[in-house]
Formats: sequence, structure tokens, C-alpha cells
Amino acid sequence: MAEAIPALEIRNLHKRYGDLEVLKGISLTARDGDVISILGSSGSGKSTFLRCINLLENPNEGEILVAGEQLKLKRDKQGDLVAADGRQLNRVRSELGFVFQNFNLWPHMTILDNIIEAPRRVLGQSKAQATEVAEALLAKVGIADKRHAYPNQLSGGQQQRAAIARTLAMQPKVILFDEPTSALDPEMVQEVLAVIRSLAEEGRTMLLVTHEMNFAKQVSSEVVFLHQGLVEEQGTPEQVFDNPQSARCKQFMSSHR
Amino acid sequence: MTWETFIRWLPSFVDGAWLTLQLVGVSVVAGLILALPLGIARSSRHLAVRALPYGYIFFFRGTPLLVQLFLVYYGMAQFDVVRQSVLWPYLRDPYWCAILTMTLHTAAYIAEIIRGAIQNVPHGEVEAARALGMSRSQALWHVILPRATRIGLPAYSNEVILMLKASALASTVTLLELTGMARKIAARTYLHEEMFLTAGLIYLLIAFVLMQGFKLLERWLRVDACQGR
Repeated sequence: MAEAIPALEIRNLHKRYGDLEVLKGISLTARDGDVISILGSSGSGKSTFLRCINLLENPNEGEILVAGEQLKLKRDKQGDLVAADGRQLNRVRSELGFVFQNFNLWPHMTILDNIIEAPRRVLGQSKAQATEVAEALLAKVGIADKRHAYPNQLSGGQQQRAAIARTLAMQPKVILFDEPTSALDPEMVQEVLAVIRSLAEEGRTMLLVTHEMNFAKQVSSEVVFLHQGLVEEQGTPEQVFDNPQSARCKQFMSSHR
Repeated sequence: MTWETFIRWLPSFVDGAWLTLQLVGVSVVAGLILALPLGIARSSRHLAVRALPYGYIFFFRGTPLLVQLFLVYYGMAQFDVVRQSVLWPYLRDPYWCAILTMTLHTAAYIAEIIRGAIQNVPHGEVEAARALGMSRSQALWHVILPRATRIGLPAYSNEVILMLKASALASTVTLLELTGMARKIAARTYLHEEMFLTAGLIYLLIAFVLMQGFKLLERWLRVDACQGR
């Protein structure tokens, strides 16, 4: 039997800001059900890498394949790779969920409206249909009672859970988490991690940039350690956390116990 | 001024105030509609699109409203094309001249308010819309513009109040709006201070009602709750 098509494949991704090369050729493959944690000290390029995957940042080099479909790219005047086909980009983005560090909920809409907006506009769902899905998702992330509240009436942890529900409403094939707990007060971190853990247990495919080492060790099927824009170490959580090979990774792990 | 005089001239003041309200109401609504595409163009990431409304905005913000009013009211009749056009019955009417000028004038300011509001929508919220798969225009109509409305509303209400006061200039092209009416009555009665004081108080009353209305609108749109993050 031929090998299954990976849910997400990144080949040789490069990103430069002026003379500063942030990503120096990163490749990564996520098969269905993989939970890949991306670790690294700040400035190692992990957030940039995640943002390049759905073109929130434009890479300078590289290929992106979602469920075997290659994202069509072309080069703009600045030498960045931009989407060659806007419709394809919008469709691919709708298949790649993205959870932001700062939640980025729309403050002028209720939580329910935040969640049903994109399914209605992008997937063409009716309001009733989208609302039904949204209410189930809000129940799942534990804030069903907040559906008519506005984002500023929620705690940070509740806002992030609402943002996760908003992402899930698009039924993404892969979810990208960009430091989802870094903007939260310590006591709210666990409630968000619990939601992410339940998603991992459902078998969802996820890429997770995080500083929560213990959590990454528990939920990941694979861990990638980035250093200065390159994959320094990659493997199972046991390998990377307990038996790192590179000196950098060893040092990082010992300082994040 | 006796109560008798006041009551005698009150209907004229009401007429004047009604004309003022028409001039302001029509021009700030029509100006908003005209300003919307201009403001969106001004916030474009393409230089060519951004530059398009620049000349218009530069002219109307850079010259006095009074000059613009005279150019339209006295200037348009100089052109045969205008005099022979189907619009001439309107363009020779000071009422429509004032509305046209005020609309064009305020649209330039409102366009810049819209540009600023669009540019001040937090970038992350726009990214969230795009990351969910919305196209540029979907993000603009369903997320950015409703959000920008909350950001720009206080500045827009300010512009409406400014236009209320600027509408007094319409009296220079024979219109008997509040200021024109006060002047006319003052000339009849020789009660200059009383009549202009009355006009001023009516302006204050209108401004107060408008401000309260905008305050309600801001509360309804939850403007305060949308400030910051």
C-alpha cells in the first residue's frame, strides 16, 4: 500500500527580514493525527515558521502542501513568495485553523457571532446551521453560557477557548497553535491546555508552538526543536526531552525543567 | 424683547432651524455615502488606488467652505454646459448648491476619518479573518468596516457638529436657514443681539440633541467596549 498523503507538508521553508535570515530551510511533515510541538528559545523562528504556513507571513523560499494539494506561490517584487491563486489561498486557509497568542476575537461581536461569521461567509452555512455547530463547540470548550457575552466580558482563558471554538467551526484539517497560552495569566493556562489536550485525544492533526514543556511532552507525537532558523533536533518526546543529542537542545531542556 | 415679539417670530426661527437641519442632515448622510469608497481607496495598500482620491480630498480640505460655496453658486452659471444640462434647475437653486457644496466638503473630511478608522482596526483581528479563509472583500465588509465604524464614530459625530455650525455659511447664498433667518428678523426688528442670541441658543439645542443621539448610538454599538483589546 502506498504511503498515505500527509495532512501537511512543508518543504525547505526560508524567511528573511532584510539581511536577517529567520528561517534557513525548514521541512516538516504532519501525518493525520500527529501532534507536533515546535520548541525553541525566543528568536528561533518558531512563530514565524507557523505564520508562514498559512501565508500570514510570506516566505522567501519553500513549498507548502495541505492534504497533498500544493499551495500555488509566485514571487512578488520584494522577492517574497505570495499566493498565486487567491481563491486557493482562501480555501487552504479555511482548512488550516490558526489560533493566535492574543486570541484576536472581534470585540464588536458576541462570542456566538465571532464563531458563526466565517462558517457563514466562507463555507456558506445558514445562520441556523452555523449556530447549531457553534453552540456544540462552545459546550465542548466549556463556555456555552457565554455565547451572548462579548469578548471583553470574558477572562483571557475563556477568550482563548472561544477563539479555539471559532477555529474549530471551520472544520480544519490541521490546526496551528501559535503560543496559545503565552498571553494568559498562570491560573488560566490549564483550562486552555485541557481543551487542546482533548483535541489531541480526538486525533486531530496539530502543530503547536509553545513554552509549556510538560504539556508538550505529554500530548506530542513528535517534537521539533528549532535553533537559529534550523531544525536542531527532531523526534519523539522521549528522545528530544530525555535524551537530546545536540548541545543546544540539551542546554534548552535543562533550563526549562 | 418682549414675549410677544418672541412668539411672533418663533415660527420663522423654526423654519430656519428646519432648513439648517435639512442642509446638515442631507450633507452628512450623502457625504458619508460618498466618503465610503474614497476612504476605502485611501486605505488601500496599492499606491495608485491610494493616490486616486488624494486630489479631491486635498482641494476640499485645503480651501474654505465659503470659497467652495461661492464657486458652486456663482461659478457654475459661467458654463453653458451647466446651464443647458438637465441638472440646471437644481444647480441654479441655492438650496441644492449649498447641499452639493456641503456634501462634497464634508465627504473629504469623512473620507479621512474612514481611512484612519480602517487603518486603526487592530492588525490581529484582520489576520484572524483572513486566517479563517475570508477573502479581502469578505474581511472588509464583515469584519473591518463594522469594526472601523466603532473606531470612527466619535470623529464622525464631531464632523456632524462642525457641519452644523458651518451650515451658517449657507446664509451667504440667500438661504434663510437659522443664521440667515436671524439676520433677516434682526433687520426687521432692530433687535440684533436678541435675535442672534436666540439663533445661537437654537444651535446649542440642536448640537446638544445631536450629541446625545450619538452618545446613544455609541452605547448601542458598544464603542467603549471595543477600545483597546
